[in-house]
Order: sequence, then C-alpha cells, then structure tokens
Amino acid sequence: MTDLSANSAPLGAAQRNHLRRRNRHQLMLQGFGIAAISFAALMLFILVSSLVGTGYKAFTQTHIQVEVFVDPEEVSVEKLPRGGFRDVLQASLQAQLPEVSERADLRRLEGLFSNGAQFRLRDMIVADPSLIGQTVTLRVPMSDPFDQLAKGLVKRDTPEAQRRVTDQEIAWFDRLDQAGMITQPLNWGLLTNADSRFPELAGLKGALVGSFWALLVCFLISFPLGIGAAIYLEEFAPKNRWSDLIEVNINNLAAVPSVVFGLLALAVFIGWFGLPRSAPLVGGMTLALMTMPTIIIATRAALKAVPPSIREAALGVGASKHQVVFGHVLPLAMPGILTGTIIGLAQALGETAPLLLIGMNAFITSAPGSPLDSATALPTQIFIWADSPERGFVSRTSAAILVLLTFLITMNAIAIYLRSKFERKW
Amino acid sequence: MYDAPKLERNVDDRTIKFSARNVHVFYGETEAIKGVDVDILDNTVTAFIGPSGCGKSTFLRCLNRMNDTIDICRVTGDIRLDGHDIYDRSVDPVQLRAKVGMVFQKPNPFPKSIYDNVAYGPRIHGLARTRADLDAIVEQSLRRAALWDEAKDRLDQPGTGLSGGQQQRLCIARAVATSPEVLLMDEPCSALDPIATAQVEELIDELRQDYSVVIVTHSMQQAARVSQKTAFFHLGHLVEFGDTGQIFTNPHDERTESYITGRIG
Ligand SMILES: Nc1ncnc2c1ncn2[C@@H]1O[C@H](COP(=O)(O)OP(=O)(O)OP(=O)(O)O)[C@@H](O)[C@H]1O
Ligand SMILES: [Mg+2]
Repeated sequence: MTDLSANSAPLGAAQRNHLRRRNRHQLMLQGFGIAAISFAALMLFILVSSLVGTGYKAFTQTHIQVEVFVDPEEVSVEKLPRGGFRDVLQASLQAQLPEVSERADLRRLEGLFSNGAQFRLRDMIVADPSLIGQTVTLRVPMSDPFDQLAKGLVKRDTPEAQRRVTDQEIAWFDRLDQAGMITQPLNWGLLTNADSRFPELAGLKGALVGSFWALLVCFLISFPLGIGAAIYLEEFAPKNRWSDLIEVNINNLAAVPSVVFGLLALAVFIGWFGLPRSAPLVGGMTLALMTMPTIIIATRAALKAVPPSIREAALGVGASKHQVVFGHVLPLAMPGILTGTIIGLAQALGETAPLLLIGMNAFITSAPGSPLDSATALPTQIFIWADSPERGFVSRTSAAILVLLTFLITMNAIAIYLRSKFERKW
Repeated sequence: MYDAPKLERNVDDRTIKFSARNVHVFYGETEAIKGVDVDILDNTVTAFIGPSGCGKSTFLRCLNRMNDTIDICRVTGDIRLDGHDIYDRSVDPVQLRAKVGMVFQKPNPFPKSIYDNVAYGPRIHGLARTRADLDAIVEQSLRRAALWDEAKDRLDQPGTGLSGGQQQRLCIARAVATSPEVLLMDEPCSALDPIATAQVEELIDELRQDYSVVIVTHSMQQAARVSQKTAFFHLGHLVEFGDTGQIFTNPHDERTESYITGRIG
C-alpha cells in the first residue's frame, strides 16, 4: 500500500472513490459474515445451555440405602423366585420409622422405593439363596417423585394439594436423609438400563444398542453399494444422456424428505419382504437408502479431486483402467470418502421420521440381542420420552439429547480429523 | 519423401520405429490433426516443435494411445510400431503403453515411495520374478535416469518429497523401468530450472543409445541441442520434417522459417 502511493502518481479522484467503494464493500461483506457466524454461535449456545440446564439433573439419580433383613418367613428357598420381597423392603423402612403402622401409610412408605427395587432384591437372593435369614445392604433408586424432591424440582413451598408428595412423605424423606441413607450418585443407569415406564429406572441401553445395530446395517449396505455406484458412475460409465439422468436422480434422492423413505421401507421391507417391524435391521436398511446418495455424492467428489496427472502417470506406464482406479485413485480418495461416509452416518444416527414409520418407537424394556429383535433408536427414544407425561422424563429427554449430540459431535470430529490428517498438497 | 514407392520404404523399415500415415485426430467435431505422415527412427531423438495448440501433444498421445482415455477423441489413419498397426483390434493399449513409455510435462510421481514409483510398472507387467530381480530393475532404472546417487539412501521415502528436477528424473526412471522401446516426452523440462534441464537433456542423449525418443518442446535451443530429427507442426499439419540441422539452418517452408526466427508462435 505504502509502496504503491510512494512510487506511482497520486491517484485521481475517480480512482480514489472507486477504491473507497471497493474497501467499503469488502468491509460490509466481512461484517455480514461475522454477524452470521455470531448468530449461529448464539443459537448453538442457547440450545446447548438449555439442554444442559434441564438435562444435567438426569445425570444423577437419588438412591436410598437400606439394611434389609431377608425374613425367612417371607422369602423361602422353596418358593424362589416368588416371595414377599416388597414386604421385606417395607419392613426395612419401618425399622427406621417405627411410628408408621397403618396399612395405608405402609403402602405409601413402600412408594419411596422405585418399583424396580423388589426385583433388584429378588435377583440378588436368587443368585445367592444363602442370604435368606441374613441382613443385606441394598442401594436402590428412589421413585421419581422423591428423586424430583431431592433435586429440588418438587418445591416444598407449593401447596400440598398440588404437590406429588405429601407433607408426611416429605417428613419421612427428611428423616431418612438425616440418617444418611439417601445419596445422589452418578446415574449410570441412564446408559446401562433399558427403557422403563418408571423414569428412575429408564435408560438408553436399548436405544444405544438399537442405534448401533441400525447404523451397522446401514454402513454395511450403503458403504460398499455407494462406493461401487460412485466408482462406476465416475470412472467407467459412458457419459451420455442416461448417466446424466442417473446423476440428476441421485442428487434428487439426497434431497427427498426422510419420511418418504420410511413409507417406502414400510411398504417394501415390511409389507413385501415380511421383515419384522421395529427391527434395527429394517431401520438400518431404511437409513441406508438415505445415506447412500450422500456417500455416492461424497465419493464422486473425492474421486474427481484426485488430480488427473496421477491417472495419466499410471496409464502411462501401462496400468489398466481397473488398476488405475483401485491402485491409485481410490486410495487417494479414501479420506474424502470416509469423511463423507461418517457425515452420512451421523445424519442417519439423528434421523427420526423413517424409524417412527417402521415402528422403532415401540415400548421395549430390554436391549435387542440381534438386529432382528424389536428395538428403539436414540432419536426415537428421545421422541418417546419427550411424549411421556412423567416429570422425570423431562430431564431424561434432555440428557438423552445430550448423549445423542455427544455421539454426533464425536463422529463429526473424527471426520474432521481424518480430513486434516490425510489432506494432501499436490 | 512420403510419396516414395513402396519398395524403397521397405528398405528403410529396418530402422523405422513408428510410421504414421494420413493420421487425423478429432476432438468431437474439431479436427486437431489434419493428415500427418511421419517416420520416427530407432535410436534417434525426434523433436516436435510448433506454436501452442498446433497439435504436438495430441499427435504424441496417439503414439501410445493415451488419447483413448479421452471420450470425445477419435483417431483415423494408420500408425505402425515395427510394422504392426497399433490401433488394430488385437492390440491391447495397456501392453502398448508398457512398450511406449511416456513422460509428462509436469512431474507426476505417485504419492508412494521412490522405490514403489519405479517398481510399479515392472510389478503390474510381471517383469520381475523375485524381489532381487525387482531391486535390480529399480537400481538400473534409477541409474539410467541419473538419480541413483541421490536416491539410493532414501528409496523408501515418498517420491513427492523430491525436488522438481529429481521428480522428473524419477518419472523418467519409472518410464524406463518397463524397458520400453520408445520414450515419449511432452515438454519434460518446462517445469524445471536450467540446471535440472541440462541434466535431463544429457539423460535424453544417453537414452538414445537404447530407445527411440520423441520429445515435444517449446525451446528451439533444446530441440537443436538434443534432437537429430525435427518435425514442425502448424495448425494441425506437419509442415516440415527433416534433420534437425537442416530444419534450423535451411528450412524449406517459409512457415518453419518464420517460427524458428520467432515471427509466428
Ligand atoms: N481433451 C481435449 N478436448 C478437446 N480439445 C482438445 C483437447 N486436447 C486438445 N484439444 C485441442 O486440440 C488442439 C491441439 O491441442 P494440443 O494439446 O495437441 O496442442 P499442443 O501443440 O500440445 O499445444 P501446447 O504447445 O500448448 O502444449 C487444440 O486446439 C486444443 O484446443
Ligand atoms: Mg502440449
């Protein structure tokens, strides 16, 4: 700049004006870009902070630790796995709160425990019947209203009639709390439990496993098919009207709303082929339909980006077309292909509508053992929870979204890492 | 010369490597080569010169059928290598390209090790039976390309890490590794500095002992230095072809003269 003005004749007025206008345009463009990015960042911040704000409470779960005397009169070896586990549990609380004796009150006392507590105890005894007649220490989740109370989501100053816990129950809770029986450890159950009607027991395991199977099926179908199609179209297919038509169709396919693929899958995979509803296999096949165009487009772009000089070099020493493609072009395009694939899979992971249509929003309380078992997926699980009336599911929905986002961010980070690691300068 | 009776031509056949007759090349509708007749001799460096866009590269690429890779390109006429039509149905372009090597304008080593660059051709054509054979071919080719001393300690390092001149010599080594009979070079020195250019030119002169070399160049000096025969192309025609000395000192065609003296181009 200084050189310019020092060496050349002074700029005329018109040129100066022109220059000023040009600089102003550049500044405006820059300002616009910065504004757009700031806006996007702000929105992202609001989204994440609201999710974290509601979701973080679901990462802990209120537990109660009780000394349970496994009364041989209630639980006997002969009758396992049946037995009065509920009564045994009830008795353990009654030992702490001796004044409670009315039948109705005892019922409500039992309500402090999660509904799963008795099954936890039962499994423990079934596994080791020698515990009968002994006192065991048991730490089990508390039921949702008390979990909410412990987390301050149920306010003590709301009138009793509008509260889910009575004043008496609060008093019990406080006494047990003072006795040091109530803790709030990390909620591993969120990841290791399958779905449940009871929020304190509900976890994402079923959805995680379901999503894993679905993505695996999706990858196994869309990756080889997508790459194969892209290689054929890019390297071998004659360029004529047919290939143009196919190209247009593939680009359109990538833009088709996902719910349409769901309908297609419902009609074809479930209707004609008779594959089971709600199965991750069908979910993966449906997602593959959507991922394949993405992979084809990314692969073609990556193949195109391989410089022609490499192809010429290989052809020049007498490599066949096939050797050029598989020996040189494809390996060089691989980072780009993988990046596109991961981004495609990340999209598939978050896809909800087609999975709803094929029934992957069923209520299933065990994780699928194979891709043919009924299952949910992460986004459909979020959908189910968001739809549930229990208060405990509100924070769990946010927590599940955070888990999903974590996976998405991880996948995209891997894609970015691959891209920068293998990026080549020619 | 080209109208000579058949009998006479046959006598010359002993040393003629390539003989092209009435070659036309079309890119779609446009005709890039308009009837070229030329004989390229063995153990000779033939230079193609001419203004930009006159069809030198196009014609060169006909000789190893690299034009086949361009969809819209169509070649008619007769091109014979050692008397066999290279556009005959029975000829596999892949085999042909092992016999007629090519070096490109921009050095284009594979993004692999130096060793693998040179070994690639022999590998895909099955020229080496053992690892020792392959090692020998690689060493010999790198020596031919005057790169052995610089590269012998770093054979496992990427070829793309070499300097531009070294890369071009690596590409030459890669081309000679398949023991071709003809070496086609399309402006091999245009991306090189004068020192690297001098090395490559020296190399070309040595390669003449074993191969027939065809080189496209924009440098009159280079053509004069390295070639024995020179062909001048203009607008798709082969205007003049003869001994390099004669073309540069006593051109018959006035277009050749104008080009050499710098009036067209
Ligand atoms: N792939 C192609 N498709 C269409 N036309 C082409 C193609 N390659 C070359 N041509 C045309 O053919 C003619 C000859 O091109 P060619 O590359 O052979 O010229 P050249 O003599 O090698 O020029 P230069 O000295 O600039 O390399 C030009 O008019 C060019 O536009
Ligand atoms: Mg050229």
